Amino acid sequence: MLGKLSWEVIPLDQPIPMIASGVVALSILAVLGWVVIKGHLPYLWREWITSVDHKRIGVMYTLLAMVMLLRGFIDAIMMRLQQSLAFQGPGFLSPEHYNQVFSAHGTIMIFFVAMPFMIGLMNFVVPLQLGVRDVAFPTLNSVGFWLTCTGALLVNISLIIGEFARTGWLPYPPLSELNYSPGVGVDYYLWALEIAGVGTLVAGINLVTTVLKIRTKGMSYLRMPMFCWTTLATNLLIVAAFPILTATLAMLLLDRYLGFHFFTNEAGGNVMMFMNLIWAWGHPEVYILVLPAFGIFSEVISTFSGKPLFGYRSMVAATMAICILSFMVWLHHFFTMGAGADVNAIFGIATMIIAVPTGVKVFNWLFTLYGGRIRFQTPLLWSIGFMVTFIIGGMTGVLLAVPPADFVLHNSLFLVAHFHNVIIGGVLFGAFAGYTYWFPKAFGFRLHEGLGQAAFWCWLIGFYIAFMPLYVLGLLGMTRRMQHYDVPEWHPWLIVAACGAGLILCGIVLQIVQLFVSIRRRAQLRDQTGDPWDGRTLEWATASPPPAFNFAVLPDVTGKDAYWRIKNRAAEQSHSGKKPEYQAIEMPRNSPTGFICAFFATFMGFALIWHIWWLVAAGAIGAYATFVVFAWRDEDEELISVDEVARIDRRNQAQRRAMPSGRAADR
Amino acid sequence: MSAVGFSEVHGDSHALRGLGDGFGSDRGWSGPPPKRIVTGYGFWIFILSDMIMFAALFATYAVLHDQNAGGPSGHDLFNLRNVAIETGFLLASSFTCGVASIAADARNKIWFQMAMAVTCAFGLGFLAIEANEFADFVARGAGPTRSAFLSAFFTLVGCHGLHVSAGILWLLTMMAQVFAKGFRPDIQRRILCFALFWHALDIIWIAVFTVVYLLGSAT
Repeated sequence: MLGKLSWEVIPLDQPIPMIASGVVALSILAVLGWVVIKGHLPYLWREWITSVDHKRIGVMYTLLAMVMLLRGFIDAIMMRLQQSLAFQGPGFLSPEHYNQVFSAHGTIMIFFVAMPFMIGLMNFVVPLQLGVRDVAFPTLNSVGFWLTCTGALLVNISLIIGEFARTGWLPYPPLSELNYSPGVGVDYYLWALEIAGVGTLVAGINLVTTVLKIRTKGMSYLRMPMFCWTTLATNLLIVAAFPILTATLAMLLLDRYLGFHFFTNEAGGNVMMFMNLIWAWGHPEVYILVLPAFGIFSEVISTFSGKPLFGYRSMVAATMAICILSFMVWLHHFFTMGAGADVNAIFGIATMIIAVPTGVKVFNWLFTLYGGRIRFQTPLLWSIGFMVTFIIGGMTGVLLAVPPADFVLHNSLFLVAHFHNVIIGGVLFGAFAGYTYWFPKAFGFRLHEGLGQAAFWCWLIGFYIAFMPLYVLGLLGMTRRMQHYDVPEWHPWLIVAACGAGLILCGIVLQIVQLFVSIRRRAQLRDQTGDPWDGRTLEWATASPPPAFNFAVLPDVTGKDAYWRIKNRAAEQSHSGKKPEYQAIEMPRNSPTGFICAFFATFMGFALIWHIWWLVAAGAIGAYATFVVFAWRDEDEELISVDEVARIDRRNQAQRRAMPSGRAADR
Repeated sequence: MSAVGFSEVHGDSHALRGLGDGFGSDRGWSGPPPKRIVTGYGFWIFILSDMIMFAALFATYAVLHDQNAGGPSGHDLFNLRNVAIETGFLLASSFTCGVASIAADARNKIWFQMAMAVTCAFGLGFLAIEANEFADFVARGAGPTRSAFLSAFFTLVGCHGLHVSAGILWLLTMMAQVFAKGFRPDIQRRILCFALFWHALDIIWIAVFTVVYLLGSAT
């Protein structure tokens, strides 16, 4: 009846996961209780959970990412503590638990922090930048988001029911095969990622179609803001790479569940095939994460320098070049696994070639700053911190691309330092820059500037203190994922690294405080113009927060930096009194399809992990029925009347005129 | 069916407009393209991603096709006569699926339901032969757990079979929906997507037929 499930699977004898899951469960209950008691549940259901508005979905993606960042960071700080304590001793985490912690940390940070953060920002910003009212497939967008939540939920359920994978963030066989990992940990990993992967694919298809098909008048490809270009490249990569992940994980599932022989040692299975397939997805994944960040930095640097982006066309070319090259370097992840000198040399050179378009981008950002009217506000600080940090990470990457050097450094902490250097310095700093930059657009008030800057400095200095020692440790020969060690030379460096993690913790606390303080002082921080940073692109042309339909009248684009042109023209002509011609607007109706579908998917995933076959069937039928009900509804759109559109827009326009514009305030 | 057909039937003046055309000048921009175009476009992108998933399975099959582990090879197992009948069924179903699309564009319910029913019958026939083949292999001790070659074979061909099964479920849903609701624009869009899906499965089957069965039984 309940498959492999029994009371024994709850780790009552291990205090750390019990306390952790207790805290998580209590905080979830507290939030739910507060929502219910305050009577917010109907509002939450109507306006958020069933929303198909790309802005709302974008905000929810970002929120999911930030919550999961806390979870992933707790794992991180546990690892740093363990390694600083476990010199000639066991530390405080048992090997089994430590292995789960580093596996969960990697999985969560990549799939449930970096990915949703970026997809959230793209979802929120891209339709606004393109000057349109929604993405191509609003309901599908909601389905994608909620399936991502299902994946995140399954990973967190593993904390209390059963266990998580102990195989690292990529489950290399034969370790991940049933013989060597008989528990449910790998199954949690596999099903969580299969389900979340469907969500990601759906988001990718949606955003590709949006950028390629749905743009406002005059928004030709070479007039699109840089963030739209990187969104296009990223989502093309999602569409092209995620199916490989789905197929690869499915093969591992077949090995584990039905005794197939894809990656086994017996009966002709081929372990190296897993390495090739997983990295054929995994390397593009790196660029899926970092390309949107490049777009964010392009927007931020151009806005806060008061200049158009330097070398726009070369930036577009570099983005698309990276998009293609990212599929040609996967083998550098396993130079040491016997490919031979010639193959290694080719992939080493291909890897170094990727540094060229990235270098083009860095120079473009520098030349954008050069001679600009620079305002050192939080988003720009993140961007400059990124440039310095990312260049260091990029150079250690080129070092690792040299096969002989890689033979020495492979699987050492040098590698760990390298990829944290590019992922934290590139992706996470980009996410924070975008978060600070677009927050006023989403909520109508800015984040507190002083606390934001303090958080930035904690993160930046904390990052260097936490990860530069890891380079040294890698050169001293320390391999990754060590639960304990006996080498006295390593110990001081690991203590320093733990202190760095503590400083990053201060940064995170400051960010949480910043959010609370900003909400409490939202009256002073209010953005009435809709254009708090003197922006250049169309998202700043509408109110903050934008109305459901984004633009009362779709903007007409005549060149790059569309909103900047509109502002300049308005200043020259001192407000032509032409009245906008409003029209009624059709908007997609809200739908619980995504939420209900994910509800069934959660049960289905859980049942598959625990072999509860009747529940698998029930979940599948439920999800199918949800779609049929959705397909049967008679009205999928609702009309916002001309009067309503006019009323909202006149109010926003009046507010905008009453305030001195951001540009005037700065001069 | 061609884009010309769409634009005639749906009065869609944008159907033939290429990417980016009409932008950057004042001539004739009347909002984003119609939903039928956007939906079809998005579904094409989904099909491309699905093809990449199959590409991963094909690559796996190519790597493992001679890993028999002392067990039977494709040459010992495959019955080309059955596979030819299977292929015939699937190709015929693609033709009747095309007839259903034309009937949907012409808003002819009877022809639509008949063509869809025939498509469904061909699809089920295909699945029956495939299931029979699988059961036969397993009975002869050549199940997917026998060797890496058979694992790859069952996964690649089975994944296509699963797609056909899902397609039949979708097909029946569309028949029910047209029966209950008629040819609403959103239902027309779904029929378009279904047709794309069904034809794409044909293309994948051609590759399966060539790479797995023809090359496999040659040696």
